[in-house]
Amino acid sequence: MEFFWAWFRWLHESTGINLTIFYDGFDRGRFASGLLMTIRLSAICILLSVLIGILGAWLQGSRLQFTRHVVYWYIQFFRNTPPLVQLYFFYFGIGTLLTTPGATGGPVPMVTNVTWAVISLSFFAGAFNVEIFRSGIEAVPRTTVEAAESLGFSRFRTYLHIVFPLAFRISLPALNNNLVNLVKTTTLAYAIAVPEMLYVTSQIWSDELNVPEMMNVLLVAYFALVGLLVYVMHRWERAIRVPGFGA
Amino acid sequence: MSPWLAPLPQSTDLPVLLPAAARLARSAVAERTAGSFRLRLHPAQGVVLFVLFLVGCGWAQAQVQPGQAGIIATLWKWTPILLGGFAFNLAISVVAMSAGTVAGLFLGFGQISMLLPVRKGAWLTTHFFRNAPWLVLLFYCMFLLPFQIRLFGVTIPVPDWMKATLGLSLPVMANVSEIVRGAIQSIPTAQWESAASLAFNRRQTLWMIIFPQCIKRMLPPWMNLYAILTMATVLTSIVGVNEMMSLTRQALSAEDRSGLLLAFYSYVLFWFFLYCYPIARWTVRLEARYAVDS
Repeated sequence: MEFFWAWFRWLHESTGINLTIFYDGFDRGRFASGLLMTIRLSAICILLSVLIGILGAWLQGSRLQFTRHVVYWYIQFFRNTPPLVQLYFFYFGIGTLLTTPGATGGPVPMVTNVTWAVISLSFFAGAFNVEIFRSGIEAVPRTTVEAAESLGFSRFRTYLHIVFPLAFRISLPALNNNLVNLVKTTTLAYAIAVPEMLYVTSQIWSDELNVPEMMNVLLVAYFALVGLLVYVMHRWERAIRVPGFGA
Repeated sequence: MSPWLAPLPQSTDLPVLLPAAARLARSAVAERTAGSFRLRLHPAQGVVLFVLFLVGCGWAQAQVQPGQAGIIATLWKWTPILLGGFAFNLAISVVAMSAGTVAGLFLGFGQISMLLPVRKGAWLTTHFFRNAPWLVLLFYCMFLLPFQIRLFGVTIPVPDWMKATLGLSLPVMANVSEIVRGAIQSIPTAQWESAASLAFNRRQTLWMIIFPQCIKRMLPPWMNLYAILTMATVLTSIVGVNEMMSLTRQALSAEDRSGLLLAFYSYVLFWFFLYCYPIARWTVRLEARYAVDS
């Protein structure tokens, strides 16, 4: 490993390509923490947004008109405004209202910027997931639901054990599109100083003045990250697709 | 063999879901090709936005100190500057869209080239720029392009907004490339075969038969992409271009008083809505008109 790191030092000395994130322990740690933050942010937001989607799609089938209206306007808001505006809305709009007096008397935010990023991005992707799951649920035949009812399943249990597993399976292709989009959108967290990959990289290049190298590293890192997600999801999609159609 | 003796199909354990699953898979593929979600705007959203704006104004008006101008006067004072910023957003979106479309057309045709290296290269380029986040591409162009170029002894300055426009045109290029490829491949093979039987060569077939049919199919996703791009131009505020969002923030800090936030930002959103709404409606209408039964 030492030899591997030393090679990048040699690369810098002989060619001027300054990849500090490999031979400098401090920068390596910073970059790794940024990469980890991006992965963590993506993973948490994917999980939460899928949960929001499942819950929202269930609420949309509610008998209460009020619940349906709430879900409808939630989708309208998050679908049709830029995610950057949503992020600012949460962080500057609501975040500045939620403060407690700190030890020095100044206001201390109750919710950190990382949490706001998670909330904002999850709601953003969740709005799309609700619609994705809804179209999947609508595709499940009415007769299947009736069969479940006749077996004594309650509305919630029908949803959980019968309708949703089928709906999930057929809405996976659309879900994949959205989740890939979500991972790309996590870069926006830069705007509220969440130390994810883009933010950390910009810190590194302003300290080390190696903008071109870090830019290329960043581009390749995102390409690899998103490419990996696309590949894994595509494999999963093929594994659980409904057999019998397509090639 | 009698149909009763034929073996049961092995792999249709959910036959009842097949048509629905096929339909959803098709729409997911279409969305993947378009590269972005569909914008759906309704007049009701405009009304809600306007109400939000009024609430913001009321809230701001309630916090006006004696001696300060009212909220309407303040907004009116800043409107010319903000609209100048908005015009900048639109200029960026138009230029980025034009450049991206031209480059994307070439890349899209490259993706169906008969030459393997061209095809693979165009595919890789397309997917590279599709997988990279817009903000990262924006940063890439902002920081790596020179602030001036020397051409034949003449120094040409490259302003920030030009670099930002180029940064936004890269993802547009990749998305247009996919739209072109998807549209060409969606044309039935029979069209190619009948053109070949009429002795059209490949280029003639593409230009005179296939591509004219593609335009109809490409137009709705292309317009949707434009609306998305217009919304994405606010990203350039992060890299310091003086467009509407940055100017709003500057106006707010120049005014330096509380309560203006909601009024100003909903005002900005309202302008974007006014611009994107007709585009989104028109896209839906075109889509309905050009819908192809499959």
